[in-house]
Amino acid sequence: MTALPQLAGNPMQDALNATGIQAAHVENLWWLMFWVCTAVFVAVMVALLASVARARRAEQRDETRVSAQGERRLTRWVAGALAVSAVLLGVLFFASIFTDRALAQLPLEDALHIEVTGYQWWWEAAYDDPTPSNVFTTANELHIPVGRPVMMTLRASDVIHSLWIPNLAGKKDLIPGRTNTLALRADAPGVYRAQCAEFCGWQHANMALFVVAESPADFARWLDAQRKPAAEPTTDAMRHGRDVFEKGTCAMCHAIKGTSANAARAPDLTHVASRRSLGAGVIPNTAEHRAAWVGNAQAIKPGTNMPPQPLPAADFDALLAYLGSLQ
Amino acid sequence: MTAGATVTGGIGRSSTSPPAGAWAEREGVFGALATVDHKRVGRRFIVTAFGFFACAGILAALMRLQLAFPEQTLLSADKYNQIFTTHGTAMMFLFAVPMGQAVAIYLVPLMIGARNIAFPRMVAYAYWVYLIGGVMLFVALILDIGPDAGWFSYTPLAGPQYGIGKRSDFWAQLITFTELSGLMVAVALITTILKFRAPGMSLDRIPLFVWAMLGTNFMIVFGMPAVMVSSTALIMDRLVGTHFFNPAAGGDSLLWQHLFWFFGHPEVYFIFMPGLGVVSAIVAAFSRRPVFAYPAMVLSLNATAFRAFGLWVHHMFATSIPELGKSFFTAASMVIAIPTAIQIFCWIATIATGRIVLRTPMLYILGFFFILVLGGLTGVMLASVPLDLQIHDTYFVVAHLHYVLIGGMVFPIFGGFFYWFPKFAGRMLDEALGKVTFWLMFVGFNVTFFPMHVLGLAGMPRRVYTYPADMGWGPLNLTATIGAAVLAAGVALFVFNVVRSLLRGEQAPDDPWQADTLEWATSSPPGPGNFAEPPVVGSREPLWSPHGIVGRVRGLSVEVPEVLVTTAIDARPDSRNAMPGPSLMPPIAAVLTSVMLISSIFTPWAVVWGTIPVVIALTIWFWPTKRETEQHIKLEKPP
Repeated sequence: MTALPQLAGNPMQDALNATGIQAAHVENLWWLMFWVCTAVFVAVMVALLASVARARRAEQRDETRVSAQGERRLTRWVAGALAVSAVLLGVLFFASIFTDRALAQLPLEDALHIEVTGYQWWWEAAYDDPTPSNVFTTANELHIPVGRPVMMTLRASDVIHSLWIPNLAGKKDLIPGRTNTLALRADAPGVYRAQCAEFCGWQHANMALFVVAESPADFARWLDAQRKPAAEPTTDAMRHGRDVFEKGTCAMCHAIKGTSANAARAPDLTHVASRRSLGAGVIPNTAEHRAAWVGNAQAIKPGTNMPPQPLPAADFDALLAYLGSLQ
Repeated sequence: MTAGATVTGGIGRSSTSPPAGAWAEREGVFGALATVDHKRVGRRFIVTAFGFFACAGILAALMRLQLAFPEQTLLSADKYNQIFTTHGTAMMFLFAVPMGQAVAIYLVPLMIGARNIAFPRMVAYAYWVYLIGGVMLFVALILDIGPDAGWFSYTPLAGPQYGIGKRSDFWAQLITFTELSGLMVAVALITTILKFRAPGMSLDRIPLFVWAMLGTNFMIVFGMPAVMVSSTALIMDRLVGTHFFNPAAGGDSLLWQHLFWFFGHPEVYFIFMPGLGVVSAIVAAFSRRPVFAYPAMVLSLNATAFRAFGLWVHHMFATSIPELGKSFFTAASMVIAIPTAIQIFCWIATIATGRIVLRTPMLYILGFFFILVLGGLTGVMLASVPLDLQIHDTYFVVAHLHYVLIGGMVFPIFGGFFYWFPKFAGRMLDEALGKVTFWLMFVGFNVTFFPMHVLGLAGMPRRVYTYPADMGWGPLNLTATIGAAVLAAGVALFVFNVVRSLLRGEQAPDDPWQADTLEWATSSPPGPGNFAEPPVVGSREPLWSPHGIVGRVRGLSVEVPEVLVTTAIDARPDSRNAMPGPSLMPPIAAVLTSVMLISSIFTPWAVVWGTIPVVIALTIWFWPTKRETEQHIKLEKPP
């Protein structure tokens, strides 16, 4: 059983293509389980087919086969098969326990700390920092440095979600009223796709998260950019767009750092143009897609909490020009 | 009442027609509604459960069409969520569990030499409640108000804040219907098995099928209350503003998961154990020898029934349960493979030393081995916490659960249909069509579900109505959809075979397979009262052993339906018991109960006012009539 071929350039979402140490431990366990279970399956099927063949011969020759001696021999066979099964189960049990131990021993000194919150149907990520002004919030896209452990604190704002980045680690639920943690480390650069794994309602299928693992230098650059407030508008259209944002309905849910918009019910848009997708992975983040999303997100992701924006054309274009400038 | 019945000598496998008088029922609409004959109720239970299976199967086909290609728009997200919820709910609560009980309602009294099931009116009532509840679920789906939070209805998604409209209320109330029905049937079956056995059929002589049913129904009695508590708490959260599952008000959303899975995991075994019973019956009959190691088989069944209650947390490994605690459930989940392994090895040993007859029922059992062993092994993988965290809630689990449930229950039950159809209907099913049906189902099943293992490992989560094209999941999903079409063709061919047989099938003899158990010692189909004179049993294989039937029970009343009650362990004659006759009160009470339950979805006051007619109906039901009382007094004999 092999992994599906990944098309070049696409983000990876594959449990059998581990690029982080945690997922690699589990992948090793998987292959042990796979081979042991395959061997057991083949053995049982061979025994079954041999028995059927034997019993067909007996039927053709009209033999009576049950004897006290035969039954004793059968008892030994069954007991032997059972003993082998018990031993193999023991092996798999201890393999599982040791994998669990290995997972728990990921060194977490100098871990990057990210607070991830699940919403219907998007992800919020707050990058923690001892300096309060360095803390920032983004959505639906995480950047992490390769080789450095990451500690995620998981919370849910509405219903239960589950964060699953198969290339990096197993999943963990985000449960209202509880706090969970997930530790992982990416060991190879790449874009890994994660997806909500606990059914969370209407748009559960479209609740993706991209994890960009990059070199520490690239990560530091990204971190610096994200910590800054939003870029000042440079044209009149953009300035008008900012007014539309701040005085219209946008600011009732969204925040843009550096402006008066600071609501926290929807993704933070301070650097929205720097992200690769819109609507938690439902469409790529291009100018046309942004216009379609802002115009009527319901047509793209029915049920999302983003309402249609029937704005006058001038306001609409100005708003999109402003959003496009938020690198 | 004393043991006035006598046990007389005389050998025979004779199938003289049973006594008409005391057990005969009226024909026509009244007879059909009022019947308390376990065979008629069992048969309609089986047909109804099969109908729900077909409806839920159509929903599965719709889902497969939607997922055949990426980014399809055949079904909207909302429709898809309602459909997968209804598919799971119907398959678990309206097909798999009731079907096992339905087959038991028909077969258990025959297999133990009883004339009827215990509490037959209650069983009739249970049927009507079940029918109405199931129809309610599908009507809700058709009206676009079907439940949409999954068959597991996790809170808070199914709770008052996020579960919109009345959708999850229909789900919670369906649970009330099915648990009412399931618990009553379980009580009736347990009583029947423990008290209505033919004299001489001590506990160590009851067929393995009956042992499986005893274990299953005890599990239902212990498991169902957990879901009863949780679904009641859910509906109270939704209707009257309690906060059992609301963390903001001191409740806990994980409480739901514990309660639900404390029932939900044993439920897998409610479904699977009747299948094991069917396998034992067919393996023995078609290997021409008793199943090897009867005591080990019985102990394994009972071990499974107990152990099944200690695994529920393996559905919750991704929640915030501490690591050490989870390890215990890994161990428990792996250990439960042992009793199943014992049974599989014993069946293979039985076949190896038997003389196999490869008729359609046996083919289904060989298919069962292939599918169940594979599903069991993926179950061992899922028991491991770290591995589970990768494949939990992915298509790998979809594959696993269908391998276990279709392998462990659907294949044996279909084998059982081919095996017992002559007894149910008095006609044989066509053997050639049966073999084609088996191969269509077997190939279709594996083509549908095997690729899902790979899809899950490749990252495809469950319960998604669509997936992006660039994930590369398209080809395997298309394969699965093609397999589903083949599987559906197999089921359709089976229905055709049944209809054809009912219209012009070959007449079935009493014992077409030369099998070992008592249901084959009476006519096909059995007449009212099952046995002219119930047998006295002298061996574990009453129809194979020369001393299998050592006598006949004589002296039961010919005027009123009367059964011989025997002791629980040794099956010694204990007392005679007059059984209730046909009555219209069970269907009437069931309709009134349903009105109360369905109205309570809309207002809590329905519980108050709706209970009154139910109580009146139950009072009339239990009010003794003058005629019955006189008959019973006449039957009493001083010691």
